[in-house]
Amino acid sequence: MTVATTKFETLRLEDMSRDFGTFNALKGLNLTIRRGEFIALLGPSGCGKTTALNCIAGLLDVTGGRIMLDDTRIDTLRPEERGFGMVFQNYALFPHMSVRRNVGFGLKMRGVPKAEIAARVDAVLATVRLSSQADKLPGQLSGGQQQRVAIARAIVIEPPLVLMDEPLSNLDAKLRLEMRGEIRRIHQSLGSTTIYVTHDQEEALSLADRIVVIREGVIRQVGTPAELYASPAHLDVADFMGFRNRVPGKVIARDGDLVTLDVGDGARLIGHARDGVRDGAVGIAMARPDDLAPTDAASGIPATIETIEYRGREYHGLARTAGGLEVFFSAPSAHPVGDLVRLGADPDRVLVYPEEKP
Amino acid sequence: MTAASSAARDSGPTLAQRLRIRGLDGVTLLVVPCVLLAIALFVYPFFYGLWLSFQPKNGGAALTNYQRFFTEPFLSKTIWTTLRLALPVTLLNLFLAVPIAFRVRLMKRQRLLTTILVLPITLGTVLIAEGMLFYFGPQGWLTRTLMWLGVISQPLHVVHTYWGVFLSLVIAIFPFTFLLTLSYVTGIDPSLEQAAATLGASPAARFREIFLPLLLPGLAITFCLSFVQAFSVLPSAVLVGDPANTTRVISIAAYQAAFEEYDYSLASAIAMIMGAVQLMVVVVVLGGRTLLYRGPVAAAKG
Repeated sequence: MTVATTKFETLRLEDMSRDFGTFNALKGLNLTIRRGEFIALLGPSGCGKTTALNCIAGLLDVTGGRIMLDDTRIDTLRPEERGFGMVFQNYALFPHMSVRRNVGFGLKMRGVPKAEIAARVDAVLATVRLSSQADKLPGQLSGGQQQRVAIARAIVIEPPLVLMDEPLSNLDAKLRLEMRGEIRRIHQSLGSTTIYVTHDQEEALSLADRIVVIREGVIRQVGTPAELYASPAHLDVADFMGFRNRVPGKVIARDGDLVTLDVGDGARLIGHARDGVRDGAVGIAMARPDDLAPTDAASGIPATIETIEYRGREYHGLARTAGGLEVFFSAPSAHPVGDLVRLGADPDRVLVYPEEKP
Repeated sequence: MTAASSAARDSGPTLAQRLRIRGLDGVTLLVVPCVLLAIALFVYPFFYGLWLSFQPKNGGAALTNYQRFFTEPFLSKTIWTTLRLALPVTLLNLFLAVPIAFRVRLMKRQRLLTTILVLPITLGTVLIAEGMLFYFGPQGWLTRTLMWLGVISQPLHVVHTYWGVFLSLVIAIFPFTFLLTLSYVTGIDPSLEQAAATLGASPAARFREIFLPLLLPGLAITFCLSFVQAFSVLPSAVLVGDPANTTRVISIAAYQAAFEEYDYSLASAIAMIMGAVQLMVVVVVLGGRTLLYRGPVAAAKG
């Protein structure tokens, strides 16, 4: 068996495609992943991110393109020949084996001597802080503990690549935060390369070195968390990165890359124009709820408050303009429902995109 | 507030509530018809038969019938004859069912296949036996085709031998064994196999380390249910077998005692012995099952 356990420099997806009958789940993905990187594949459900991960793991065959590990073509290898560690969304722990046997399974399959298996399993269980649970069955563990067993099982074989498929989605909010830190810590302490699939932008932002945003089987943008957070390249990426407000308006003025939009009712929004925004044409202003707030300026967007909820440090609300547009905003103090407010935003926090062609 | 309602408030949970906590509610009543039916059709006849078996037709000690069964080889040998049929048939069916179930679990048109497989169950053993007579008989298609091809010069002796009954039991019971096996196989979370594969396990290792341990308890149940069916074979043993010799199964002995000798007491005793042998095999198999892992076969989740 040719298990690819050697260290590598780059993993390249070259035009990687996957069809299911007439449905193209992946439409020619191109991506280069360097050793030691933590890559997040981010996208809404059904976008193809899990398909991409399964193709890399070998659980699905690609129907086009190649996957290269340095100069070795690996998409023709079966999963057991690739030797990547994988953490499944449902953990996929072997229910009939103790934690110790689960974690040692990969080493046993590689013919590692028993004494060495025991030593390495003990070491990795210490890393994931589960030494005291070694002899329990998975069913006796909590969700967070099972999650850590799944990680331990994947990393104990010292794989060149660790693949994680939404590993935190089955955990409650508090545990999710804890495990997020744990995953980052393990990644750093092992110096492994990790590809992490998630639909949670916050998770991707906090964990990844680079984020790959996928939508409908196509890579929309690749960048560092800071790049993606501050300047999403496309409207849909912006939407996915938390720019929930989508206000269309006519471009009536331009000053460098700052454009002014007439958004109706005499209101104006100023923001940074992305590529393709033309003067006189319709642009779409995008802003996060955090950045839209009640203002005294006459240029603010007039809207009637429909709901308002307390979020600790501030209030979050939903308001509706006379034209029926929903806008999400935040406010330092409570406003009564039904109040008419004007909402404005700092131009540096507003991005203007060209209208999407349908 | 009226006195009545305050009394109700102070008296704690109502009778209905207390019964519910113990698992007794309206839904429990739904099992009543089933229980009555079981008593009428199974429990009562069983105990009546047991009592009858201790009342020998020609008088004598209570155990006379049992003594006669175990001292007359003509009778006692039927246990071995039946086991010799039922055990290999059941094992063969299991060995056939597991690999086929493994392939079928990945198929999209499972329902069509299951429908085809269920047909022999609905046909019943008599129709299967008749079909076998036409197909495997001395003048059957198989013999005629093979003789025409020159493969054999003498007619095949399949029907009216041990192998005739063996085949008919395989055909009649396989669908049952298969469907049960399939439900156990498909119950195993496919992500377990995928996880094993990413950890470097070859297909053989995945079967040995993951599927087999998770499947064995289910296979033990399947074995027992299939075995009990094969053990109580009667029609095919007569129709396509050799009922005087190699396929003189225990149910034939019971039948002859009841309807040829009119000795219902002896027939009851034979029926009791038959039940005891079945029970012994089932107990041994299920006893072995307690040594196995019997938890959930999905990926464990908290």
